Amino acid sequence: MFRKYRSQNPPIVLSNVGVRVSRLALVGLVTLVSACSSPQGLEDITDPYESSNRKVHELNKSLDRAVLRPVARVYTDIVPKPVLIGISNFSNFLDMPGNVVNDLLQLNLGNALKNSGRFVINGTVGILGLYDAAAEVGLYADDSDFGETLHVWGIGEGAYLELPVMGGSTTRDTTGIVVDALFNPMTAFLSDYWKLSGTGIKTLDMLGERGRFGSTVDSVLYDSADSYSQSRLFYLQSRRHELGLEQAEEDYFDPYEDLYGE
Amino acid sequence: MANKSGINRRSGLALVLGGMAASVIPNLAFAMNERSAKKLVDRVVADINAVIDSGKSEDQMLADFEKIFVDYADVATIARYALGVEARAASPSQLKAFTAAFQKYISTKYGKRFREFIGGKVEVQDARAVKSFFEVKTIAHLQGSAPFEVTFLVSDGSGEEKFFNMFIEGLNMLLSERTEIGAMLDKRKGDLDKLIADLKSAG
Repeated sequence: MFRKYRSQNPPIVLSNVGVRVSRLALVGLVTLVSACSSPQGLEDITDPYESSNRKVHELNKSLDRAVLRPVARVYTDIVPKPVLIGISNFSNFLDMPGNVVNDLLQLNLGNALKNSGRFVINGTVGILGLYDAAAEVGLYADDSDFGETLHVWGIGEGAYLELPVMGGSTTRDTTGIVVDALFNPMTAFLSDYWKLSGTGIKTLDMLGERGRFGSTVDSVLYDSADSYSQSRLFYLQSRRHELGLEQAEEDYFDPYEDLYGE
Repeated sequence: MANKSGINRRSGLALVLGGMAASVIPNLAFAMNERSAKKLVDRVVADINAVIDSGKSEDQMLADFEKIFVDYADVATIARYALGVEARAASPSQLKAFTAAFQKYISTKYGKRFREFIGGKVEVQDARAVKSFFEVKTIAHLQGSAPFEVTFLVSDGSGEEKFFNMFIEGLNMLLSERTEIGAMLDKRKGDLDKLIADLKSAG
């Protein structure tokens, strides 16, 4: 009986083992990668894959021009703002258990409590995550991901990568994306139907974001002389800031001491 | 912090004079700088808000933003840094023309974006001394998004107290503009005069 049960549901057991193994392998890979390339200052950029990254960038740009931008524009025009906000809240809600797991892995108990609180409040008062009730009482979103966990564990960002569709990343953060997708505690218990719906919500949220930050994205992608460098700078700086890598005093460039910033 | 000995000497003098003056005098001199750096950012924020709330046409608003930029930012330093090592090879008249064109370009670029701040507010937090300048942290509250950090760097290195850099959630404006101007120059094969002409006609 037990045997039969197992043979009928091998994917669960197997995938857990498989995931665990692949996670170890990924962590190992990233450690290797970042060991050879870890930027020191906040203004340093490690981009050994620049030529292939630039190709992906051009691909992303044409994809944005042909599909994402026009669809996002129509989408945000048609859909009322409260609905857009609801979708964004719900998309964020789906990530909260994953945030808590990462907070715990980082031994950041404060944030783990905060995100658990957000999950409970938004899941109840916030009508299953549609309304960000927690933010109303000052519990603002404080997202985390496995890339951040790796950072906390002392792994450097590695090399810059531009991913198809998803855009800017690094070798470390890409590893994080893969691990988060494999380990999402929210979708682990969901049927394929709900998983697909979750992906749908995420896609809608992405469209909403593209519409909402339209002029920012447009100015980086279409108004700059070198949109690849600008996107790269944008991603790396925002990400480092998000990870709490504060500009250290000695890293601040002082144009009054060094006229040309050499 | 540079003249610790000065403080000690003053403290000694103050001891003779008696009373609390000892600790107050040097601290007051220091605090005034932090306070004035903060005040400058307060004024920038107030002026920007006033323009946004004015309900003027976009062209008028952009002209107002340029005025704010000239009043409160060290345009010459920002422009020279954005140009980078190329600034060294430039003639004084080229540098002057570039600074003027850059001023127009940057205030239009950022002015257009400030419209996203409509209905929002910026709170000035605290200031601290860093190197030869001051760092003033602010928190921007925009509708529908979690509050985020905007940091200004203020210096009196130009002779007047002005800001020379800004970090929006970690995004370094100087560095971003230097990357952009560098790319523009590359596109024009390093021809500064062509860049100046193009910057003038853009925006």
